[in-house]
Amino acid sequence: MKSVAFRKIKSAAMSGLMLAATAAVLIPLVLIFVHIVKMGITSLSLDFFTHIPKPTGETGGGMANGMAGSVVMIGVASVIGLPVGILGAVYLTEFSGSRGASVIRFAADVLSGIPSIITGMVAYTLLVVPMKGFSALAGSVALAMIMIPIVLRTTEEQLKLVPASLREASLALGVPSWRTSLKVTLRSALSGVLTGVLLAVARVAGETAPLLFTALGNQFWSSKLTAPMAAMPLQIFNFAISPYEDWHRLAWAGALVLVTAMFALSLAGRYFGRSRHSG
Amino acid sequence: MRSATQERRGNSRRTLNGDTIFRWITTFFACSILVILLLMVLEMGSQSLPALEKFGVGFLTGTNWDAVEGTFGALPYLYGSVVSSVLALLLATPLSIGAALFLTEICNKRWGAVVAPVIELLAAIPSVIYGLWGVLVMAPWLQATVQPWLIEHLGFLPFFSGAPYGVSMLAAIFILMIMVIPIITSITREVLLAVPQSQKEAAIALGATRWEMIRMAVLPYGRSGILGAAILGLGRAVGETMAVTMVIGNAPNISLSLLSPAYTMPSVIANEFAEATSNLHSAALMEIGLLLLLMTLVINALARLLIWGVSRKGGAKG
Repeated sequence: MKSVAFRKIKSAAMSGLMLAATAAVLIPLVLIFVHIVKMGITSLSLDFFTHIPKPTGETGGGMANGMAGSVVMIGVASVIGLPVGILGAVYLTEFSGSRGASVIRFAADVLSGIPSIITGMVAYTLLVVPMKGFSALAGSVALAMIMIPIVLRTTEEQLKLVPASLREASLALGVPSWRTSLKVTLRSALSGVLTGVLLAVARVAGETAPLLFTALGNQFWSSKLTAPMAAMPLQIFNFAISPYEDWHRLAWAGALVLVTAMFALSLAGRYFGRSRHSG
Repeated sequence: MRSATQERRGNSRRTLNGDTIFRWITTFFACSILVILLLMVLEMGSQSLPALEKFGVGFLTGTNWDAVEGTFGALPYLYGSVVSSVLALLLATPLSIGAALFLTEICNKRWGAVVAPVIELLAAIPSVIYGLWGVLVMAPWLQATVQPWLIEHLGFLPFFSGAPYGVSMLAAIFILMIMVIPIITSITREVLLAVPQSQKEAAIALGATRWEMIRMAVLPYGRSGILGAAILGLGRAVGETMAVTMVIGNAPNISLSLLSPAYTMPSVIANEFAEATSNLHSAALMEIGLLLLLMTLVINALARLLIWGVSRKGGAKG
């Protein structure tokens, strides 16, 4: 039997190692974050939000078309993906037996782990090839496929929190069960559902790989869903791997804007999620 | 037989009912998850048929990738993907477990509740931004300081021989490590939170020190869940595209040296797919995609089963 003192020292040493591991985990993450903020703030200007990229060799320009393109594609993706995810979650909580629900839940978890570049390839074969051209629509469909499992799982978690008595009260008043699902269950979980939606939007806002060969990117303004469209993550990628100092600055500014938008979305999502639990 | 038909007819009359229609709609949407998964596998499979037929198993062992000649071998990409993600995982897992243990068992609850969401938030930074930092900040730093040091002091090992390029297998391993750590840490933390309090109290009551309590009561209980978290991290690392493409150097080498540029499966798809002109070229890229899809399907399924196992055991929590 080892002495008590030795065991205590060993315990303290292991605690120290764990503290060191935590520091090792946090330091690079914080460094990256600080660097994005520092480089981003010095590179931001009004032009960034109002201009499209200048051709090589000219200074200035911005990512206005990329920002607009991202908003459009995320919007279209939401229109396609959100109803599927939310109503799918209604099925899991209201109608499905536990066996079927497990299978779908499992499939959703597995699907959300599939590399997004694969989603892009599938969208390419399903839309780009038959439509004979890269398009914003194909990009949106790829993003929607990424959103569906996220929305489904978060919505399901929220619907499970709605007390059964609420449903029973509605049914007892003679409300048909489909209206109960939509108007009572879903509605009382609304802020939680919103959390899932915001998290899913935040997640796809930064997706780059699935857009590489669906939306393709565009140097100019584009408003057509059937044509290639610019997106912020694509522009950041192209500028980052370019050899030009000026484009690097645009990439940093873009990174800061993107990260800020994503953090705002996630924080808003968390806020709605929390207010539901406490209320 | 007749009664079954009659029953079905009875059912179809009931479809006029809003409830049945609603039920069908939601069922359809829920099943769309399965349809998407199936569609992915079938679509990727059928698109890669030309390459499958032409090269057979040789596709996996071939090292020559030449679109002009029409020969395609995937080994350099398989090698790059496996080496980069496995090494990144070996570095990331102990750190993540240490951090998760610190956050759940050692530091006070309030700090844990602050730091954990911060780590999760950082996990949400898009991969293209990690890549931006990797190619403009980390790779030059590696080239100027870390790699020359490695060459000078450990250059006699085959792993650290060669010239300091900056963009390299080493850079990919580092960026992957930084990217999977938040994922593994937050899932491990969730697993550890599911360990029943009574079990920990029992260990303390028997006179265990804090570390002994962790070793005897916490880790054995969460073992399969922690393993699941690590495997899930592996799945992410294997499929990670943008950040790796930006720092790995994109050269289809198979080299023991971690300092030389390499290539991965998602990276070659990202770089070549939009420009693949010949049918065979895009079919070969599709086959790489199919391999990647099957790999991540297996990895993810395994990880989820392990994690579910633990959280079901700790079902009392929620």
